[in-house]
Parts: sequence; C-alpha cells; structure tokens
Amino acid sequence: MEEKNKFVREVAEKKYEYGFTTDVQTEIIDKGLSEEVVRIISAKKGEPEWLLDFRLKAYRYWLAQRQPDWAHLTLPEIDYQAISYYADPTQGRKKDGPKTLDEVDPELMKTFDKLGIPLEERLALSGTAVDAVMDSVSVKTTFKEKLSEKGIIFCSISEAVREYPDLVRRYLGTVVPYRDNYFAALNSAVFSDGSFVYIPKGVRCPMELSTYFRINARNTGQFERTLIVCDDGGYVSYLEGCTAPMRDENQLHAAIVEIVVNDNAEVKYSTVQNWYPGDAEGRGGVLNLVTKRGHLRGANSKLSWTQVETGSAITWKYPSCVLSGDNSQAEFYSVAVTNNYQQADTGTKMIHLGRNTRSTIISKGISAGRSQNSYRGLVRVAPGADGARNYSSCDSLLLGSECGAHTFPYMDVQNDTAVVEHEATTSKISEDQLFYCNQRGIPTEEAVGLIVNGYAKEVINKLPMEFAVEAQKLLSVSLEGTVG
Amino acid sequence: MNSEQQYIDLYDRYGEVIASHSPALLNGLRRQAYEDFRRLKFPTRKSERYRYSDVPAAFAPDYGLNLKRLDIPVNPYDVFTCDVPNLSTSLYFVVNDAFYDKARPAAPLPQGVMVCSLREAAEKCPDLLQAHYGRLAPTGEDALTALNTMLVQDGLFIYVPKNTVLERAVQVVNILRSDVDLMVNRRVLVVVEEGAQARILFCDHAADDRAFLATQVVEAFVGENARLELYELEETHVKNHRFSNLYARQAAYSTTVFAGFTLHNGFTRNRTDIVLAGRGAETSLYGCVIADQEQHVDNNTLIDHQAPDSHSTELYKYVLDDRATGAFAGRVLVRAGAQGVTSQESNANLCATKEARMYTQPMLEIYADDVKCSHGSTVGQLDEQALFYMRQRGIAPEEARTLLKFAFVAQVLDVLKLDALRDRLHYLVEKRFRGELGKCEGCKFRK
Repeated sequence: MEEKNKFVREVAEKKYEYGFTTDVQTEIIDKGLSEEVVRIISAKKGEPEWLLDFRLKAYRYWLAQRQPDWAHLTLPEIDYQAISYYADPTQGRKKDGPKTLDEVDPELMKTFDKLGIPLEERLALSGTAVDAVMDSVSVKTTFKEKLSEKGIIFCSISEAVREYPDLVRRYLGTVVPYRDNYFAALNSAVFSDGSFVYIPKGVRCPMELSTYFRINARNTGQFERTLIVCDDGGYVSYLEGCTAPMRDENQLHAAIVEIVVNDNAEVKYSTVQNWYPGDAEGRGGVLNLVTKRGHLRGANSKLSWTQVETGSAITWKYPSCVLSGDNSQAEFYSVAVTNNYQQADTGTKMIHLGRNTRSTIISKGISAGRSQNSYRGLVRVAPGADGARNYSSCDSLLLGSECGAHTFPYMDVQNDTAVVEHEATTSKISEDQLFYCNQRGIPTEEAVGLIVNGYAKEVINKLPMEFAVEAQKLLSVSLEGTVG
Repeated sequence: MNSEQQYIDLYDRYGEVIASHSPALLNGLRRQAYEDFRRLKFPTRKSERYRYSDVPAAFAPDYGLNLKRLDIPVNPYDVFTCDVPNLSTSLYFVVNDAFYDKARPAAPLPQGVMVCSLREAAEKCPDLLQAHYGRLAPTGEDALTALNTMLVQDGLFIYVPKNTVLERAVQVVNILRSDVDLMVNRRVLVVVEEGAQARILFCDHAADDRAFLATQVVEAFVGENARLELYELEETHVKNHRFSNLYARQAAYSTTVFAGFTLHNGFTRNRTDIVLAGRGAETSLYGCVIADQEQHVDNNTLIDHQAPDSHSTELYKYVLDDRATGAFAGRVLVRAGAQGVTSQESNANLCATKEARMYTQPMLEIYADDVKCSHGSTVGQLDEQALFYMRQRGIAPEEARTLLKFAFVAQVLDVLKLDALRDRLHYLVEKRFRGELGKCEGCKFRK
C-alpha cells in the first residue's frame, strides 16, 4: 500500500510537461467583447463586408442567449469581458509572413521543438503538411505548392477569405449556423483564424493534413474556425493535435469545425487533445467548448471522427454527423480520459436523414482521480431515413473510488425500417485480468497500462500512424499510477 | 392562460371544500404542496424528466372534480367481472378516486393486515399513517406530485405487519366511471414491514364514453428482508390520461418487483423512483407496452443505489403500431460509496409503422468504482428471416407477424409470479395483437 501511495503521489505531483510560454511578440487587443471589438477583429483581418455582417449577426444573437447549463459539468463562471478576443503573434513582423523556415520566429520554432513536433522533422519524416496555428493566426503552411498542383486548397481561413471568397462564402456557417448554440454564436462573432481545406472533385489528398492548435498568450480565448469541403469523389484525412501551456486561470476555447462531404467523398478527421487539464487540486485548465459537425450531403459519402481526449479541465463537445446523402456512412471513435478534477461531457450526434444510412459509435471513457466523465449521444432517425442502421457501444472504465462515469444516450426513432442498437457497460478493471498479469510477473501499474491500452485499442487503431503513437503515449502518461 | 392557473384557481376557491371532505392528515401537506405547485408549474418538454410528454397540454382541458365526494350509485362487485379468471385474489375496488368500502372480499386477511381507505387508516392507526404519508413523495421536486398532494382527498392504504406473509395477492381495480369528463387524484400508501411479503395487483379500467385524467401517487415502504411485488395493468381507452408517480424505498436485503403492463391506453406517463437505501436491497423493474393509434406511453424510471451490494434489473419492451409514441428513460444512479452494485438495464422496441415513434434513453450515472453496470437498448423490426421461415412453413404473414411480436413481449410477461395472471396476460396480449381488445363495445368496464 505504502509503495502504491508513493507512486500515486509521484505521478500526481508530476508537472504538466508542456507548460511553458513562448516569448513571441504578440499583438493583443484590449480585453472585453463589444460590437466594436467584432468590428476591430474584422478590420484587422481586412475582411469583406459580408463576413463582417455575419459576425455582427452572430454577435447580436449571442447577446440574446444565455450560457447553457444542461451538461453534466460544473462550469465555472466565465467572464466574457475579461478575455481578449484577438492575439496575433505574427504582427510586428514582416506583413507577408515567413517564406521559408529560417524566416519563422526562432522563439516560435523552439516552442514547437519543445512540443516535440519540429516542423522540419515532420516534413522530412512523414511528408505531412503542417498548418501550424499559434494563437489564432496561421504562422506557416507547408507543402502548399505540392498540394496546389492537385488543386487542393489548404490554408488559413483568413487567407481563404481573401483568395477564395466565393468558396468560403458558399460553405461558411452552412453546417454550424451561428444560431446553433451559445458557443457557436460566440465563435461566429469573434473567430480569429483556423484552417480551410478544399478537395476538388475526384482528388485523393496524397498526404495527411495536420494542424496544431496552441493557446499561447495569456487570457486570449482561442476561437478557431475550421472548414473542410470535400467535393465529389474526393478523399482527405485531417489531423488536429493540441497542447497548451500551463496557466492558472481557465482559458476558453470555443472552436467550430465544419465539414462538408459531397457525393462519394470521404473525410477522416482525427483529434488528439492534450490541453492543460489543471493541477492536481483542479486549479486552472482549459475550457474546451467546441462545436464540431459534418454534413454528409452527397450519396455514398463517408465521414469518420476519431478523438483521443486526455486534456482540458472541462471538455464539452459532440462531434456530430448529419447523414442526409443516401447510403452515407458515419463513424465516431472516441477515447476520453479524465483524471484529478477533470470533467468531460462528450459524445456524438448521428442524425439520419437519407436512406440506407449507417453510423457506428464506439466510445471508451476512462475516469480516474476525482474526475467526472460522461458520454452523451443522440441517434435520430428521421421518418424518411429508410433502412437506417446504427450501432453504438459505450464502455466506461473506473479507476479509483471517487471518480464518476456516466452514460446518457438518446435515441429518437421515427422509422419502422431502422435498426438502432445501443449498449453500454461500466466497470472497473477486472481483478482476474490483473491477477493474471501479476502472476506472470507484470507489476500492477504496468498491468493497468496494458489493460487500458488494450481497452482503447479499438479506437486508437483508427488513428493515423503518427497519431496512434502519440495517443498511446498520452494514455499511459495520463493513467500511470492511478490504481491505488 | 397557463394550464396550471385553473388548478391554482380551483384551490384558491375550493381549498376549504377539499379540506372539509378529507382526513385531517391529508390536509397537513396541502398548503406546502400548493406553494410548491405554484412555484414549479407544469413541467415542459425542456425539463429533462419530461422531455417526451407534453404535460401542460394534457392538463389544459377543463375536467370536473368530485370534490364533495358524492358516491356513484353502482356496486362494482356486481357489474365488474375480472378479466383474469382463476385468479384467486383479495379483490378491492377504487371507484374514481374513492376506495369502495360498502362491500369487501369474503375471505379474511391475516392478522394485522390492513387494506382500507386512508380515511379509515387515519382513524384506526393515525401514528402509522403520520409516519409514512408524504414521506417518500416530495412535493418540492415534481409538480405532478405536488398537484396530487394538493388535491387528493382520500386514498388506499395497504399495510402488512412484521413477518406476515400474504399468501393471496391483493388485487385493486381502479374503475373510472362518470357522466362528465372527470379528473381523479388517487393516492396509494403501501407499508410492508420487516420480513413481510406481499403481492399487489392494480388494474386500471375506464369507461369509454368520457375523458378521464388520473393522477396517482404511490408510496411504498419496504422493510428489511421484506418482499413486495407490485403489478400494474392498464386497460383503459384512448380518451384516458394517466400520470402515475411511484416512489419506493427499500431497507436492507429487501426485494421488490415492479411491473407495468400497458395494453390499452390513451396517454400514459409512469414515473418510477426506487431508492435502494439498505445494503443488499434488490429491485426488478419490468414494463411491457403495446400501443397503436395515437397512444402515448412514457415510462421514466430512476433507480438510486445508495447502499453497497444493492442490485437492480430493468427490462422494458415496447411494440408500437400506427402513430403511437413510446418513450423510455431509465436512469441508474450509483452513489459514491455504494460498492459492489450490479445493475442491468435493457430496453427493446419494435416499431411496426413509419409513423410510430420511439424515444429511448437509458442512462448510467456512476460515482463508485467497484460496480458492474450495463445497459442496452434497441429499436428495430421483426426479423425478416424468421418471417420468411414461417411463411415457408405455410404460416400466413399476418399470423407470423403476430407470433413474432408475441414472442418478443413474452419475455417480460414470463417474469410474472402470479401464474393465473401470467396466463391471462398471454391471452390478452395475443388478443391485443389481433386487434380484438379495443373492440368490445358491450361492456363499459371491459375494454
């Protein structure tokens, strides 16, 4: 017991490895939110009239709304006036942005080194194009030319607004309208930057596209906006990875991800989220309140969400799919780990509208410490969705007697040809399995790691290779020593 | 005008009439219930536990109330013949919301057992009643419980003293009959003391010429090592609205079975809250729903595992036809420290038409780690292969379908320990599937 306690203490006291601040010159506008601020953001980015209108409409709608409170979370009071809504780390540098790696701020490059994701290495080793987003403005986009040969557009959303206004205007806000929810309205009003991907007809993107989001400047909310459009017969796999430095105050992250999938197209969206979860006493940590949704517009389209959530003090998000194309397929694979005082209320929504649509939900929750981990999911089958099929499976693993694991699935079925299945289990790690491992000389901690990794394998396997390695590491780091 | 206003007005104007026709004990909670009801108002679909039922709409029409407790000039023992032959029970009647005490079953009950009206209980054993009435059904939390407590004038009291075993089931037939559209407020208090055993069967029947709105609050106290089985069978008609809130609290090592069978109804909402307060307490909840036309059945359950080593099982099956709406929300809560809990929850549903709609929401909320909890839920249709197989063997498609539907719900029916009732339910369900149950026009009580 003594031994175990010691181990638990060690791990509990382990500092957040990625907690540091980069000293980059950042231009921050004054704290607070008002119509004026929305106009300033828009003006700073040199946006066209229609986008400003969109922002203002969203802002006015947001003003009329109240922050929702239905989730199984204890959300701290968020003072929206105490947040600065725009931070631009590239300002005060050359306006045109860096052309080669040498031109990138050396401090910034060090930051990426510390995170263990040096751009060059990534480029050389994996052939991945990285659109590194640091505090809202896209710092550097690589492999752009190679992609543009194929007609693929992969750039920051502000650039897309300038270069491809018609495309952006056509799709922005069509999947997640600004009236969708409180945080979506906030994001629509003040979103600063994010990624834009367009895959033209019949093009298979030859590499994994990836973006790193970090929250760097103190007290700036991160309001990312990602828009992915995959046209007929296209294919793209998009990776999003997150780490944020250590802070005492809660930082707000209210992003929107919109995905449009047309006929016969396929999109794979993978996330590894490892933002600062707060310390062992539950102080600080990122508030991750994100709206992610994909619209499977076309026939035979396919969308797959994979997420590994280990960070953030509070995670509140439901990457969803609207299956309106006939024979479209949607998948949701999730591993959510909560430790100490972390809280997560996450899951998905599958809205079946088209015929013969299929969806799969695999969710694995792991709670440890004093954390609360909830799965909440909706499967709706509309009257016209003949032959819709859903399979959901949600498992929760409890490590420790003070944590909570909850499952709230909702099923609305309005069609007699639909088949909807849901199953969920909650238990702690099987004593038998532990005993078996111990018997063979594997210490308890290692055995737990082994069992947990096996438990999450179903989801981890869905991640692209580089991510799978990172995710596995994250899992073991988050869970070591949680048995006691 | 808001739906609740007419009930607030009713109480403001007739509060004294209500009180003067009720036992004093019931009046004690009335004022608080009134305040709570005013504050809570009817739950809308935005409130999590009432997502699937439109309560304000159900309470909006103007129903009559029998506040002066006028007798209905009919002897139910003469006019009612039970649907379940060979069922040897102690049979009682509740006509509208009044316990019928002009005649009683011939066979005597064991020593100390009471089946009587709350009014009678208030005279005979006021302390016992005082100690239990309103203790499980908080008025401050559910507006329907508050409304019932505010308006209720009498009710049924079932008491089984320590270590007494009721060999015969107590059957209570709730009859709704009136010349005007009527609202009734029923109240049931069940106390099963330490080591006692009882089986109770409630049957709801309604005459079909009038619309009825029935609220019902059941409180059940189950003592240590006691066993209670409570079955509810609803055979009403499409103009009937039923709102039932059942609250039970179980002491250590007690066992309960709560089963609800909705064979024919209009709008039904059953809330079942079970608190497993003592170590080793065990409960099983079963439900079987067969609905067609525009019928609406909403079962909402909460099993609160407060003590370690408590166990629960839930099985609900729905067959929905035509434009029927079914809803099932089952929440299993395992409190911190309640180690060694096991819980299984299962809900399976058949939608037979495009217009039928099913909502299902099995929930697990767990704050202890040494638990084994699972839930499963499905919505689907009859197995095409099984249908094909039967047709191959010369069974007509309709018949094959009925057989499969029947087999589907039989799993729930077979949990019944009352053999005669189980056999009868098999018969009734089969009849129901053949569409014959709603057609009997001859008898007002036998729908």
